[in-house]
This record gives sequence, C-alpha cells and structure tokens, in this order.
Amino acid sequence: MLLAELRHLFRRRRIQALLVVLALVPIAIVVALKLSGGPTRGEGPTFLNQVTNNGVFAALAALVITLPVFLPLAVSIVAGDAIAGETGLGTMRYLLIRPAGRSRLLAVKAATVVAFCFAATAVVAAAGLIVGSILFPVGRVTTLSGDTLSVWSGIGRIAIAALLVALSLLGLAAISFFASTLTDVAIGAMAATLGILILSGILDAIPQLSAIQPWLFTHNWLSFGDVMRTHITWTGITKNLGLQAGYVVVFTSAAWARFTSRDVLA
Amino acid sequence: MSAPAVDQLHPSAGEPLVPTGTPAIVTEGLTKRFGSVAVVDQLALEVPAGSVFGFLGPNGSGKTTTIRMLLGLISPSAGEVELFGRPMPSASDEVLPQVGALVEGPACYPWLTGKQNLERIDAAGPHGERSTRPARIALALERVGLSAAQDKKFKAYSLGMRQRLGLASALLRPRRMLILDEPTNGMDPQGTREIRHLIRELAADGTTVFLSSHLLAEIEQVCTHVAMMSLGKLVTQGSLAALQGANAARVEVQTDDVGRAVEILRSLGLEAEVQEGNVRAELGDRRPEDLSHALVTGGVGLRGFTIERPSLEDTFVALTGEGFDVAR
Repeated sequence: MLLAELRHLFRRRRIQALLVVLALVPIAIVVALKLSGGPTRGEGPTFLNQVTNNGVFAALAALVITLPVFLPLAVSIVAGDAIAGETGLGTMRYLLIRPAGRSRLLAVKAATVVAFCFAATAVVAAAGLIVGSILFPVGRVTTLSGDTLSVWSGIGRIAIAALLVALSLLGLAAISFFASTLTDVAIGAMAATLGILILSGILDAIPQLSAIQPWLFTHNWLSFGDVMRTHITWTGITKNLGLQAGYVVVFTSAAWARFTSRDVLA
Repeated sequence: MSAPAVDQLHPSAGEPLVPTGTPAIVTEGLTKRFGSVAVVDQLALEVPAGSVFGFLGPNGSGKTTTIRMLLGLISPSAGEVELFGRPMPSASDEVLPQVGALVEGPACYPWLTGKQNLERIDAAGPHGERSTRPARIALALERVGLSAAQDKKFKAYSLGMRQRLGLASALLRPRRMLILDEPTNGMDPQGTREIRHLIRELAADGTTVFLSSHLLAEIEQVCTHVAMMSLGKLVTQGSLAALQGANAARVEVQTDDVGRAVEILRSLGLEAEVQEGNVRAELGDRRPEDLSHALVTGGVGLRGFTIERPSLEDTFVALTGEGFDVAR
C-alpha cells in the first residue's frame, strides 16, 4: 500500500509542479548571480558569496534560501493535504471501509509525507548543485574553518546537509499532519501550519523570549551549516534533531489519537 | 450487462465465514446523537442473510447515519452493531473485506481515470491481489456498464457514471453483502433498470443486499425485506409480503349500475360501499377473477374493474400518519 500511495502522490500533477517550482528557486538565484556578476563580499545569505568561486556552493545556498519559506510551504501543502484531502474528497470513507485500517492508513500517509520532505530537499540541493556546476567553476571546497576538501567529499558534505534539512522539516510536517486530521479542508491545515511557522519565526526574533527560543522548531534550523566545518560540530545539529524528534512524537501521537477516534462524516 | 464467469476470478466467493442462518446485520439499541438530537434512536435492525433488504425513509430520517455506524465510519453514542455475527467496529479487518458499500454517493479522485480510481482503492487494503486486479477491474466495470468510459477522467463523468463507478468499486472483490446507499441517485431510467437487474443478479448468487432509498417504488420492485425509518426511529421491519399484507388490497368497480354491483359484492361477503360514484370494497382473501365473473354474470355492465394494492408509501403513511417528506 505504501508503494501505491507513493506512486499516487508523485504521479499527481500538483506535486510534480510543486517540485518543479522548488527546483526553479535555486536555478533562478544562480542564474541571477551569473548575470549580475555575483554579490558583493559579505552580503547576502550564507554560502551565496562562495558560489561564484565554486559552483558546488550553489546547493548549500539553495538550501539556506529555501529552508525558511519555500520548503516549509511545500511540506505543509503535502502534509496538510494528507488526511484532510481525503476527507474533503470523501474518498476517506472508501479507504476506511476498504478497510485500509485507520492506524495503517495514518502510518502510510505519514511515510509519504516523510518521503516528500526528502524528495523536496533533494530536488532543491540537486538543482542548485547542477546549475551551479554548469554556470560556475567547480573546484576544491573551502570549509568554514578555512581548509579545503576535495570536490567529492565536498559534495558528500552537501548530501549530509540536505539530509539534515529534510530531517529539520519533520517537526513542521508533524504539526501540519496533525492539523490535517482536525479538518476536512486541506487548505485550512496548510494555513494553520504556515501561521505557526511564522509565529515561531517571530518568537525566535524577540530577545526577551530567549527562554522559550530553544524549544521552537525553527530555532536550530540553520545548524546544518555546521557540516561545512572541517571537523563537523554536532552540538547544534544534535539539538535540532532531538527537538524535531520531540515535535514528531508529540504531534503524530496527537494525530493518531484524533484520527483513530474521530467520526468520518464527509 | 451480461454475467461473466465470476467464479473463475472469485474462487472463494461461496465460502461462508460463519454458519448459515446468522443474520447479515443485527443492531441493538443503536443510537447516534449529534449534540442533543438523536439522529438514530434505539434502532434494532435484523437483516436476514441472503435477503434484499430495503432500508426506507424520507431524507433526514437517519438512514445514512445508520449505514455509517454499520461500517464503523462513526461510532455509536449507544448500542451495538454486528455484521455476520461479528461485532463492529472491532472486527472491521475481518468483516469489511466481505462487504462492498456505496455510502452517500461515490467519492473518487477527480484527476484520475475511472480505472485508475479502482486500482487505487483496490491497492489500499487486504485481498486486492495484484495479479487478478486488471481482470477484476475489467469485470466490475463491465457489470456496471462503464467499460467504454474507463479511461476518462473521473471529473468528466456525469452523476450517473460516477454512481456506476462507485458500484464498480463495491464489486471489485467477492462480497457476502453489499450495502448500497441510494444506488440509483442521479441515474436515468435506463440506468435505474440496469441497477435493479444487477441487484437481482447479485442476490441470485446469494449476496445479501442492503439497499437504502427514499424512492419507495424502486425498492418495492427488488426487495424481499423492508425496514422503514422515520425521524431516526424504526417504524417497522419485516418481509415485504407481510408488510403489504398488513394493509389489505381493495377492489374498485366503475359501473352505471351501482346498486346491483353493491348487492352482488355484498352477497359474496364483501363490505361494499359507494364512494364518489364508484363501488369500493376490501378484497380480503377473495380472488379478483371470481368477483369480476360474478359481476358480469350478474348483468352488471363494467366500465372499470381495478385492484388497488397498497404501496409501501401507503404503508408508511398508515404507520406514521405522516407524508413521505423530508423530515425535520
């Protein structure tokens, strides 16, 4: 059923379009860099400076740029639609009397959301890497510590970074997934998730709230940049992953409690 | 719609799960409240296995809510449901694969074709073997007369075609029971006839068919048993014959010789009387042909001789004292 569900998701035009749009973001940025001759040193998001020297960095810049908005948007569209989309269409009742089994259906849907998080991140990183390598020179990768790594180990680091970004999205995905079990309107779940995302961003920017900031799921999102140190520092990364795991456990449990007990009227 | 060889595709179709004689559906004290309103109130249904069971009631009488509880889509506020002797919803995994259902109209993915929709639903649960899937889908589509439109997107389907696709999905696997909620909704007269034919065909194979409808005349033609709902309560249930018998048939005679006709009918023991210029009487257990013969040989010129059997609607009105309108 998982395979069928994955095929169902990725065969959908809407999802394909979403992935294409995600790929276009790094492509547009890299092309703009090429046309404008590159940013002035010291300006713009992390890693963007290095792109003109080494196209490989385009993948990292793409992740940094899409992580705050584009990736969460895409993930909340898919996760918000996971359950609410089926109830909204009325197909949920036919899945349940099939019987797909409520817990099993929830698990399969959750797995497809996770798969999408990975796919979306991979698309962004790959698009950045490919277009960056085409338009800019590719060479040894300079780490944040100042050393250089071979191109292939640099790309290996980028793969780790992409993996961490995908995992960073899981907390948000779990929130969206839970919201999806609360409503029959997919767009409602999506909007609620984005609201929470924006709120989290705002709270993270208010200095007086430093006490709660470590608990915000967006707080350690950019920790993946640490993989670009010569010796990867894992503190921020571990914190982030622990926090995401916490969000996943809490919100998927809530989703399970809600979904296995609710009346399906639609 | 022909009847292809079902047995080749459904080798296990005839194998009973429980001893025969166990009713297909039993509910006890089944109640569903939304807020303070009991939409279904203390329902005690018993659907014999192998019957074609008409579940009747006006819009809003609680039919769909009942069906949702039967299938475990919503949990009852009180009471119990058993399908083939197994408690629902706890035995869902065991029982539901044997039940095909159409609940409150079909629901499919608009961006997929009819065939793709069936593939998806078949892949979503147990007993949907991939090796037999194409053949089972083709058979189901043929049975509902949708083969020609199988590669059209669902969003391009008419209401009647959607209904047919919903039925096809209920027929994808061998079933011991079909629960069909308003199956002919949105269908043209030809489609309605086809569905009736299909239901008879399925019933002949021993499938229990539980059929909800607000169209009494439609039910009358296919059902062996009937239950009637009004305002969430069960008004009556039983075999169709018993229900119709409870409200006896009447004879109406149109003639110019009213007095003579009344005389003859009374001599045969009928309580004949004149209403609106015609002679009417309860038929009782007499044969209509005997009455007409007696009248004609008695020299009464007949303009009309009609036997009126009470329709289910008459029965419903007699039982509830209400018209068969939207409730609440």
